[in-house]
Amino acid sequence: MAQTVIDTANHIAAYAAKAARAQVVAAYPITPQTSIVERIAELVESGEMDAEYIRVESEHSAMSACIGAAAGGVRTFTATSSHGLVLMHEALHWASGSRLPITMSVVNRALGPGWNIWADFTDSMSQRDTGWIQFYCADNQEVFDTIIQAYKLCENERVLLPAMVCLEAFTLSHTYMPVKIPDQEKIDEFLPPYKPKWFLDVNNPFSHANLVSPEWYMEFRYMMQEAMENAKQLIPEIGKECGKYFGFEHGGLIDKYKCEDADLILLTMGTIGREAKIAVDNLRKEGFKVGTARVRVFRPFPKEEIRKLAENTQMFAIIDRGISFGMEGFLAEEIKASLYNHEDRPLIAGFVAGLGGRDVTFKTIEKIARKSSEWMQAGKVEKETLWVDLRE
Amino acid sequence: MAGSIKELSKEEYLLKGHGACAGCSLAISLRLLFKALGNKIVMVVPACCTSVIPGPYPYTSLAVPVQNMLFEATGATASGVVAAFHRRGIKDVTVVGWAGDGGTVDIGIQALSGAAERGTDFIYICYDNEAYGNTGMQRSGATPYGAWTTTTPTGKKERKKDTPFIMAAHRIPYIATACSSYPIDFINKLRKAKEIEGTKYIHILAPCPTGWRYDTSKTVEIGRLAVQTGMWVLFEIENGKFKFNPPSNRLIDKAKRRPVKEYLTLQGRFRNLTEDDIERIQKWVDEDWERYCKLASNQYV
Ligand SMILES: Cc1ncc(C[n+]2csc(CCOP(=O)(O)OP(=O)(O)O)c2C)c(N)n1
Ligand code: SF4
Ligand SMILES: [Mg+2]
Repeated sequence: MAQTVIDTANHIAAYAAKAARAQVVAAYPITPQTSIVERIAELVESGEMDAEYIRVESEHSAMSACIGAAAGGVRTFTATSSHGLVLMHEALHWASGSRLPITMSVVNRALGPGWNIWADFTDSMSQRDTGWIQFYCADNQEVFDTIIQAYKLCENERVLLPAMVCLEAFTLSHTYMPVKIPDQEKIDEFLPPYKPKWFLDVNNPFSHANLVSPEWYMEFRYMMQEAMENAKQLIPEIGKECGKYFGFEHGGLIDKYKCEDADLILLTMGTIGREAKIAVDNLRKEGFKVGTARVRVFRPFPKEEIRKLAENTQMFAIIDRGISFGMEGFLAEEIKASLYNHEDRPLIAGFVAGLGGRDVTFKTIEKIARKSSEWMQAGKVEKETLWVDLRE
Repeated sequence: MAGSIKELSKEEYLLKGHGACAGCSLAISLRLLFKALGNKIVMVVPACCTSVIPGPYPYTSLAVPVQNMLFEATGATASGVVAAFHRRGIKDVTVVGWAGDGGTVDIGIQALSGAAERGTDFIYICYDNEAYGNTGMQRSGATPYGAWTTTTPTGKKERKKDTPFIMAAHRIPYIATACSSYPIDFINKLRKAKEIEGTKYIHILAPCPTGWRYDTSKTVEIGRLAVQTGMWVLFEIENGKFKFNPPSNRLIDKAKRRPVKEYLTLQGRFRNLTEDDIERIQKWVDEDWERYCKLASNQYV
């Protein structure tokens, strides 16, 4: 029997690592990720989780130890946030380039200065080009399911890339929600023990990640791009399989809500996507034909699905909890890029909201929708990127 | 323990065709590493000369599994490999971190310190060519006073870091220095390290004709002079106990040590040293020896 627990997303992430039977965990604490690694430490020391926990002295070392452990042939897990994640940056590239299926949960937190421990996607968004698969969750159940699915995906021979499972600071990390945890035997069936494709084997010696000349480098990078494309195919399939095993699924690349007949679609990520559903319901009562689509997977980016979504609608309003300085919100950028070579291009307006943990409630989102709808009626977007609730 | 070079295995795991400079002592040390430990080892190698020498994909001249790694991450990566092997019940493989002085005493010291503090069960070897060889001989924290490098064109103004003693402060079970000119000493230290559980640190002086500016035929001689002048001291710190090793143990009497000048003047990198500089270096060496002798007489660090 599946068990329902009521707990924070951070603790749920720890339970997911345990349920996935991660064998080596290497991590370094940072608010608001700490309760993940503290819970793992407790689970390991009490013997409930059969893993080795390496208490490293930095995040750079956390990722390096994961790389060493994964190359040693075991399933690995780590977790970090914000400054910890960007300190890892160099090692993130090394992990993906080494084709090691490491799974990491990232608690999305703003970057300083000044110190700010609240929700913001800029930390993981700024790592989008590291060759990591990136999932963004909207509730605690999704955190659990996605971590389990991430291992299944990453360890697939056609993928062999690491994955980040992202969840927002406090809105998820420290918020209690009920979560169904399936029986361990079922999870083991879904996610059998890790069988590495290779490891540092004295009986089959080779030099891993060694010098590579221009004659070969591009081919290795091309294979990573192919692996990302394969992941795009596999993510929905694994989601469905998960549904069959456990009776629930978080599988799609995009979580769509009332988009079929919508003139205006609100595009979001993370918990803002949940608030957007409430906003959509409220606005629909007023006769607005509005829907929302939450992008769950940012890498590989679901280009094709975005194009499909664009076909039957008049306008996209894109809400970004992050900003690429000198350009615009990350999601807005990607969506526009996805549509350039596509015939059906709706009007697009970008909204930057909720940076550094500022609340984005359904009311904020309704305001965004109304503004977008004005522009839609006028047939022209007045401001390409609007900063929402900005102090004048 | 080996008493003579003739007793060593004929097997070679540093294969032909590697790209080390002529006269490179690092290649000699690598070969000795394999002679001492055989091929049941896994190496973690960060960015350094050793990440270039084995050649580019799809070739390598190292016949053991190697995880090439980020410049500063050897210690942490080794911790990961050791943990994985522990989980998998692999007991007969020795994990070896093999890094340059830059990757050890500068950018990698944090990861090394962390691994040592955690007691990671591995052998860490710093081969010290006293500069950043890979990138063309810039100064490192291990470059000695007065030495020319490309970033100290008029000679380094600071002294060399005393890294073995930084490691001693971690209270790890085994620390040793070595030099490729004394192969049996190095091999015996490696073999001893292999039998000890926990973090073992071996710091090997690695004469580098390219960076030190001496004739490629003089590598062994330069290494010997380093030891005979007392500029490099062969010792072990085993469970906190300090001990000189031959031939350094015969140099306790200052009169037995050759003047440092003999070592310095053979190398182009010290060309700009003044007589005052040489005197200063001699004084520092003598002071270091007084410290070592005290340690040797009451044994504990
Ligand atoms: C983070 C980072 N900074 C700089 C470099 C460039 N780099 C590669 S090897 C090296 C010097 C290595 O020196 P050392 O560790 O003494 O080894 P050696 O080359 O002398 O064998 C440097 C600076 C790098 N690879 N990574
Ligand atoms: S630069 Fe020095 S250490 Fe590096 S390969 Fe050449 S001789 Fe050896
Ligand atoms: Mg060096």
